[in-house]
Amino acid sequence: MTIITATPPPEAPGRGVRIPVRASGRAIPGPLRFVGRALATLWSNGKARAGLIILGVIIAIAILAPLVAPHSPTATSFAPYKGPDSVNWFGTTGNGQDVFSQLVYGARVSLLVGLGAGGVATVVAVTLGLVAGYRPGVVDEILGFVTNLALVVPALPLMIVLAAYLQGRSVWTIVLVVAFTSWATGCRVIRSQTATLRTREFVTSAVFSGERLGRIVFREILPNMTSLVAASFFSAATAAVLAEASLEFLGLGNPATVSWGTILYQAQQQNALLTGQWLMVLAPGLAIVLLMVSLTLINFGVDALSNPRLREK
Amino acid sequence: MALLEARGVSVAYWPSRGERIWAVRDVDLSLEQGEFVGIVGESGCGKSTLGYALTRMLRPPARLEAGAIAFNGTDIATLHGERLRRQRRHGFALVLQSGMNALNPVRTVARQFGDVLKAHAEPGDDLSREGIARRSAVLLEAVQLAPAVLASYPHELSGGMRQRVSIGLALALEPRLIVFDEPTTALDVIVQQAVMQTIRDLQRDRGFSAVLISHDLGVVLEATDRVLVMYAGEIVEDTPAASVTSGLHHPYTEALLACYGDPRADEVQIAGIPGQPPDLSVAGPGCPFAPRCPLAEDICAAEDPPLTPLGDGRAACHVRARPAGSSVAAAEVEADSVS
Amino acid sequence: MSADQNTVDLTVSDVTKTYRVRGHDRAGSNRAVTAVDDVSFRIPAGAAIGLVGASGSGKSTLARLITGSERPTRGSIAFGDMAVGRLQARGLRRLHREVQMVFQDPYGALNPLHTVEYTLTRPCQNFLHMSADQAARRVRELLETVGLTPPVQFAAKLPHQLSGGQRQRVLIARALACEPSLIVADEPVSMLDVSLRAGILELLADLRRQRGLSLLYITHDLLSARVVTEELLVLNAGRIVEQGPTRQVLQHPQHSYTARLLDAVPNPFAAATPPTGGIPSTDRGNS
Repeated sequence: MTIITATPPPEAPGRGVRIPVRASGRAIPGPLRFVGRALATLWSNGKARAGLIILGVIIAIAILAPLVAPHSPTATSFAPYKGPDSVNWFGTTGNGQDVFSQLVYGARVSLLVGLGAGGVATVVAVTLGLVAGYRPGVVDEILGFVTNLALVVPALPLMIVLAAYLQGRSVWTIVLVVAFTSWATGCRVIRSQTATLRTREFVTSAVFSGERLGRIVFREILPNMTSLVAASFFSAATAAVLAEASLEFLGLGNPATVSWGTILYQAQQQNALLTGQWLMVLAPGLAIVLLMVSLTLINFGVDALSNPRLREK
Repeated sequence: MALLEARGVSVAYWPSRGERIWAVRDVDLSLEQGEFVGIVGESGCGKSTLGYALTRMLRPPARLEAGAIAFNGTDIATLHGERLRRQRRHGFALVLQSGMNALNPVRTVARQFGDVLKAHAEPGDDLSREGIARRSAVLLEAVQLAPAVLASYPHELSGGMRQRVSIGLALALEPRLIVFDEPTTALDVIVQQAVMQTIRDLQRDRGFSAVLISHDLGVVLEATDRVLVMYAGEIVEDTPAASVTSGLHHPYTEALLACYGDPRADEVQIAGIPGQPPDLSVAGPGCPFAPRCPLAEDICAAEDPPLTPLGDGRAACHVRARPAGSSVAAAEVEADSVS
Repeated sequence: MSADQNTVDLTVSDVTKTYRVRGHDRAGSNRAVTAVDDVSFRIPAGAAIGLVGASGSGKSTLARLITGSERPTRGSIAFGDMAVGRLQARGLRRLHREVQMVFQDPYGALNPLHTVEYTLTRPCQNFLHMSADQAARRVRELLETVGLTPPVQFAAKLPHQLSGGQRQRVLIARALACEPSLIVADEPVSMLDVSLRAGILELLADLRRQRGLSLLYITHDLLSARVVTEELLVLNAGRIVEQGPTRQVLQHPQHSYTARLLDAVPNPFAAATPPTGGIPSTDRGNS
């Protein structure tokens, strides 16, 4: 039996294991290894590390919301319009709900919409960008026209119109509406990068190695755009966090959900500033900014993702 | 007095993390008025970095670590801002391989000449539209381009024409020294020959000093009077161009020459140089070429040889340019102070 | 692997390739540029042919036509019974099983994210349908063939961990992986230091001798063409202006363009006497 070591003897028969790169490297499935390596790469960048820590804390709070929040976010069990005190740290809403608990639970919706819409938008951007970039001609022209159209239509008014007409009013409606309006920028960037990479010699070389179209697109071209894909994901997610808050604030979301946007919506409806509940305005605003800042900080580290040279250092 | 006198020039690159990389180590170089010197060596030998250092064009992460560079009697190594800019006028210019791509794509050639002439204008210069047009046309004629080129945008010109335009822009300042960094590497061979011919003619007619940096020994030998061979950041040989193909030389120079041959000869044999250049982040003792050198002796691994007379020039080699008798001690002292 | 006897000729008959380009004048009018103009030649099995010319002479276009990357506007290219100009995706893969390419730019032709092993494994799997084990063995053989030893060490490397000469050897190994019968090498040494040139050229020459490969060597460098080829085609403005045995063409050029090309290539020995001595030839190609 072969013993897998970091540097096997040259003539070792590689049964089951091809030339091992790292002794531990082969046991972990590919996608997990990829994500792990990506995280390690991001972690090595100071700004991205700060962003990852903030995002990690927000995610932890969202997951552990029942443990972190002192009260139920929806129970109307307190006196309304209360200022901050030892029971209700951030005060209460006009309906007598605990603002701090709402803030904790609201992280769930903001994260879900941010990451969800960012994800959907990125999938759309990558798919259309790859197709347009790899198939110049009529397909590219049509997709280019649609993309440009989506770019020039102002996003917020479009979102408002879409949200107003769509019936469901669930969080998922918001995810789709936000995704629909934020894929275009990423798509353009990925399209032009694909078009550039397509003419690179290593792609021609892969054709000569007998690779089929799918493999060329997904194994040769796409991995060289990891940083772009990550960047467009984090940009879209950042925009989505803000868009979700905006829609909720405008009352176009589901008022029954608890999110940072709905807290702001209630604060606006109940004239929170006049009743002295400044934390009800400030806290969700700061939370939104903090989440956006964390995503933006992570974006500083994505350059290293598709550059093995940067990754090593 | 030499036009350019560099002493002990050392340049290091500072990557974001990790070791410093010594691209140029303790180089001495002097250049007479009207002399045409070639610097030849393989990629990574520090020849371009040296060219940048001599014209004060180094940009981070590269840094001039040590050395004095006297240009026409003024130490330019420490000059900054306006005083450096004043030195550039009638001083020194750099023409790059990428010079042809360094032209601004959205400005016509005429406007780019105008920019340069205005930026370095002196009192009394004719800066009227006609004056600039006239002077630009003269400069273009010098690089053998028709005045019609003035109205063109860079993308409308061929690579050779663009490189001629950037040489013309360098001439605009009437420099006494022009450093050409791989000026023809991106060009086709036939175009390369024509551009090199222009460079050589300009240099002879106008009498400026020139430094030609190239990886191609053939190009350097055809154009220059004197050749500096660089290896691992050091000048290993300094010899008249005419004598390179005959007589004894530094083993690296000989090895480089053996990589070439005459395609017309009856028997053609070309050689390679085994091994790899040394890691420039480690300043080891000894001759940098010793690990690849067919003539290496024990001393070569221990001491870095100084430049000592050999044939019509000088070479840094323990074996070929063995310093005679008393000068050994002096050479060793010098070598010690280097490391 | 036993070198199966290579008996396939490549025949280029009256091939013309024109491109429609947007005009460089301000009017932006379209015009046709003829890159390859009525070219015919044959590469017999096992021959080493040099295709020389300045840039813009059409030599790289011809390489793309021969390897099926582009289609001729007129004329035909036949490799054995394959009509190269008419192949679809499946046919192209069949062609690439026989006709491989070594690229000019060792920095651009390797995907920066793939290990040497991956790059070399893919053609083994795609063309020879090898299992992972077989392919791994073959990768080691290939690396040894091109002088990258110890192979286990090189297999795990990423392109940026290799020098230019080592990368070019990987590219040659990749082209060899599927045991082709014709290799088209497009300026394989023009981006390398001169000290590496002899090693790469010698490798190409050895491979050809040992495996009976045909070689189409494309270059503007007449010296390297002299070293690896037996016959030269001189291309100027898309047309073949001279052809013949390499040594004869270079020593007694008949066409003025050939003479001009010879004159333009920088040659340290041009003025001097023929080379003598230097480093003994035992030092060759050990990079």
